[in-house]
Amino acid sequence: MRDLLTAMHYGSWILPVLLLLPVVGAVAIWIAAKPAPHEDDREYRESFIARDIAIGVLVLELVLSLGLWWAFDTETAAWQFVVDLPWLADWGARFTVGIDGISLMMVLLTTVLMPIAVLGGWTSVRHKLRTYYALFLLLEAGILGTFLALDLLLFYVMWEIMLIPIYFIIGIYGGERRIYASIKFFLYTLFGSLLMLVGVIVLWRYTGGTSFAFDDVMRVAPKGGPAALWLFGAFSIAFAIKVPIFPFHTWLPDAHVEAPTAGSVILAGVLLKMGTYGFLRFSIPLFPAAAMHPTVRTVMLALAVIGIIYGALVALVQTDIKKLVAYSSVSHLGFVMLGIFAFTPESVQGAQMVTISHGISSGALFLLVGMIYERTHTRLISAYGGIARTVPMFSAALALVAMSSIGLPGTNGFVGEFLVLIGTYKVFPFLAATASVGVVLGAAYLLWALQRIIFNPLDNPENATLSDLNRRELGVMGVIAVLIIWLGVMPEPLLRRTASATKRLVDRVQAVSPVPVSAAATALARDTVTSPIPGPGR
Amino acid sequence: MPLDLSIPAQLTTAYLPDLIVMGGGMLLLLWAVWRPDSEAHARSVAYLAMGICLAGVAAVLWSWNRGLTATNGAIAVDNFRWLTDLVILLGLLMTLAISVDFNQRMKLHAPEMHVLVLLAGGGMMLLTAARDLMVLFLGIELMSVAVYVLAGIDRRSSRGAESSLKYFLLGAFSSAFLLYGIALIYGATGSTNLVTIGERIATPAVSGSPMMMVGLALLLVGFAFKVAAAPFHMWTPDVYDGAPAPFSGLMACAVKTASFAALVRVCLEAVGTGSERWHLALWWLAAATMVVGNLFAIQQRNVKRMLSYSSIGHAGFLLVAVTAQTTEGAAAIAFYLVAYTLATLGAFAVVVAMNDGSDRATHVDAYAGLWTVRPGLAMAMAVYMLALLGFPLVGGMGFFAKWYVLQAALHASAPQTKLAIILVLTTVVSAGFYLYLVMVMFMRPRPEGLAPPPPATRLTRLVIATSVVLILAFGLYPSPAVNIAQRSAAASFAPSPARPTAGAVTP
Repeated sequence: MRDLLTAMHYGSWILPVLLLLPVVGAVAIWIAAKPAPHEDDREYRESFIARDIAIGVLVLELVLSLGLWWAFDTETAAWQFVVDLPWLADWGARFTVGIDGISLMMVLLTTVLMPIAVLGGWTSVRHKLRTYYALFLLLEAGILGTFLALDLLLFYVMWEIMLIPIYFIIGIYGGERRIYASIKFFLYTLFGSLLMLVGVIVLWRYTGGTSFAFDDVMRVAPKGGPAALWLFGAFSIAFAIKVPIFPFHTWLPDAHVEAPTAGSVILAGVLLKMGTYGFLRFSIPLFPAAAMHPTVRTVMLALAVIGIIYGALVALVQTDIKKLVAYSSVSHLGFVMLGIFAFTPESVQGAQMVTISHGISSGALFLLVGMIYERTHTRLISAYGGIARTVPMFSAALALVAMSSIGLPGTNGFVGEFLVLIGTYKVFPFLAATASVGVVLGAAYLLWALQRIIFNPLDNPENATLSDLNRRELGVMGVIAVLIIWLGVMPEPLLRRTASATKRLVDRVQAVSPVPVSAAATALARDTVTSPIPGPGR
Repeated sequence: MPLDLSIPAQLTTAYLPDLIVMGGGMLLLLWAVWRPDSEAHARSVAYLAMGICLAGVAAVLWSWNRGLTATNGAIAVDNFRWLTDLVILLGLLMTLAISVDFNQRMKLHAPEMHVLVLLAGGGMMLLTAARDLMVLFLGIELMSVAVYVLAGIDRRSSRGAESSLKYFLLGAFSSAFLLYGIALIYGATGSTNLVTIGERIATPAVSGSPMMMVGLALLLVGFAFKVAAAPFHMWTPDVYDGAPAPFSGLMACAVKTASFAALVRVCLEAVGTGSERWHLALWWLAAATMVVGNLFAIQQRNVKRMLSYSSIGHAGFLLVAVTAQTTEGAAAIAFYLVAYTLATLGAFAVVVAMNDGSDRATHVDAYAGLWTVRPGLAMAMAVYMLALLGFPLVGGMGFFAKWYVLQAALHASAPQTKLAIILVLTTVVSAGFYLYLVMVMFMRPRPEGLAPPPPATRLTRLVIATSVVLILAFGLYPSPAVNIAQRSAAASFAPSPARPTAGAVTP
């Protein structure tokens, strides 16, 4: 496989093609599916072309990107498949894309989830299809750009641009409170990202105004002192809002609940991961001393654990299934943050694993909620009960996905959370213990919901005539089931691909901030606030 | 090619573009009153006026190409002047083009309005050329008097009359401040020439004298009125709202461009290097203007009023670059003004295209679901709004404009980090109203019985299409524009050696 890809010069064109293809597809949809005004039936028929083009492009993206899995060199931590083109010569900004193990997984998660989301939400949107699917393709381009960019300005542009399609997807195609949700989401994210823009400009000044390249910036970024702390803050607020870390999470339930099915899947499955990716790619490697500053670390770890427990507790009392799934994201992303800031090789690996598996299982949960909503037009848990008897396949899928979200051994959810807890336990046993309460709570809210939805007596007569999953829906859930089991039983190929990049990250931080991990733990226990650790830059 | 401005022929050469616009305007006035009022005649005058503007553009490019310079005299001959002249002429052209459409919709045919636009343009170009406070004053008056009339050109509209009167009274008031300031500065330094003032202000005896300080304060107040900086912005919403839409656009763009060009010149050539208090005053003006403009815009439900508060907010953003007091700041201002002119006048073109003769046409409700009936207009407006917000790619040039200002602020020898933070935060606030309009156009359903706006004329469509394409193209690849701005600012203003020490000037 690898030889074939090499023969095709795969590495030299794949990343720009992945970026460009959705844009071309969006334009093609816009041209091909031109609606005829005042002829409703004709517009509807033509719009199906939009859907066909969209799924065609998304599947093509998936197939092309799968080559990355094999072509990726697991031995090296260097950037791979780099394409570097001139862009703004005066300011030194370049169009540089490339991946390492961390971004490889994010890219694959995106290209896998996108067609699944569109297929799963195949019939959930019924008007203005042309714009809807064009926006979806643009969204994919924006997300991929964020994960691929190795140039800070390009990253910023991509980070912002992805807001526009999702803003319109929520705002035009969402539920009743869609306008409120979309504007809240937009303003929250914009607030964070504009502070990041100031950070980008300041970093660029450190390079003498000559380069935005990630490697150059990393070389000159302040290694300690107040400047590093401020810059870390400017970047991290943007990412923390996106993740979202506990006090910044209020946009999430609104946006996730109001978005159309496919939008929710992508929001939960991929967009939140842009935040955690930002921490791994920018906040921590650029400002290791600030990130490992005892106070900063304490705060981040505390917020992560609060997020785990708080998200789970709030999910426990939800009456709306979609809200329940949305709050479960807050809890799961808390695990990711815990893993990242515990900062042992295991916990960082585990955090990436949670990222992937949460993308799959939470995306699948949103899909299932969307599927049942299309049949009953209600998301209230109390309206269901006993539907295992009428829709067995749906119930089986829901049960499997819930198990994966709980983290049952043998499913993908287990591997990541286990690694995070193991890794965290080494340095912060108390936090690991508290976080495992979150696992128990996760089981509680999901099993309880499962009981009230698919078990219990069938007391709502409307549910007696529900139709089970059709072939398309079964196919989508089948793919998800395979992913869940495969990653649960055999995560090694995935972990092997993220290992080198993770090791490089950990080594780099250890080099700059030579605090032994256990010493950091004791420092934390003593609650000492010391000055930033001096690095070679000072 | 260096010019000696004491020789009349060379003075004429230096002043050629302005002469073409102003002289052309006067000749056009004869033609305008020659024939009886009719729609066709008014249109022909508009086309001729646009032709004169294009001739002005050609003259500016010719002068630029010849590399004219001059070191003495009351008129600056440098690339910054040519660049801002081009921005002004761009504004004039867009205004003239959409005013044709506006006149058709409002059944308004007053051919003299196009002449007045040219005369105002002559004043603006004089302002960008001013290297002497007296020339500056002349420019401001010439520009303002014409614009006072334009604000009330629709004689049937009582709100137009109110707007015109308000603008006139407050404008006259601010001119008095300006003139008094000029007199005091003359008293303190013995000169009205900017370069001479700049030399003399370097001595502590001059810069510390109360007469100089009061003079500078009054001068700044006069400028703050003209650029609509808070707290001297009170007139703006009423005037912009009452005036005909094309001329609101003219006031928001070309007038602001000219005033900022003059302010930058005063800052860099005369005052900036000598006075810390001036810097501090600018700092607070910038901060207050950004906060006030953007906060007050949120509650506006009239698109014209919203745009006028937005223009106040943008004056604040521009003042941030002025506060940097570097040539880079000047370049940022020039670049920003191009993006701002394209987006704001484009937005006013959409306002004109939405006009159906009723008062409700400027209300946000008239834009509800615009996407379903006029997708092109809605998308163009969305691009303008995102450009004004400073969003990358879809907001095109607007992003790089804001980026450039931020960079200039952070790059100055005394980095304006706090101002940059305020700029960023108020930008988030501004998303509240820019996105609100986008939301209304795309996400609200079109109410039953609300007729789509009448189709726009070809010229208006051309203005909208061209400005959108330019915004998006420069958003993908701003390098040519950046290069021009950078080089013309660097060639025009020598880097100032003496500068207030870092830290001492920021509060």
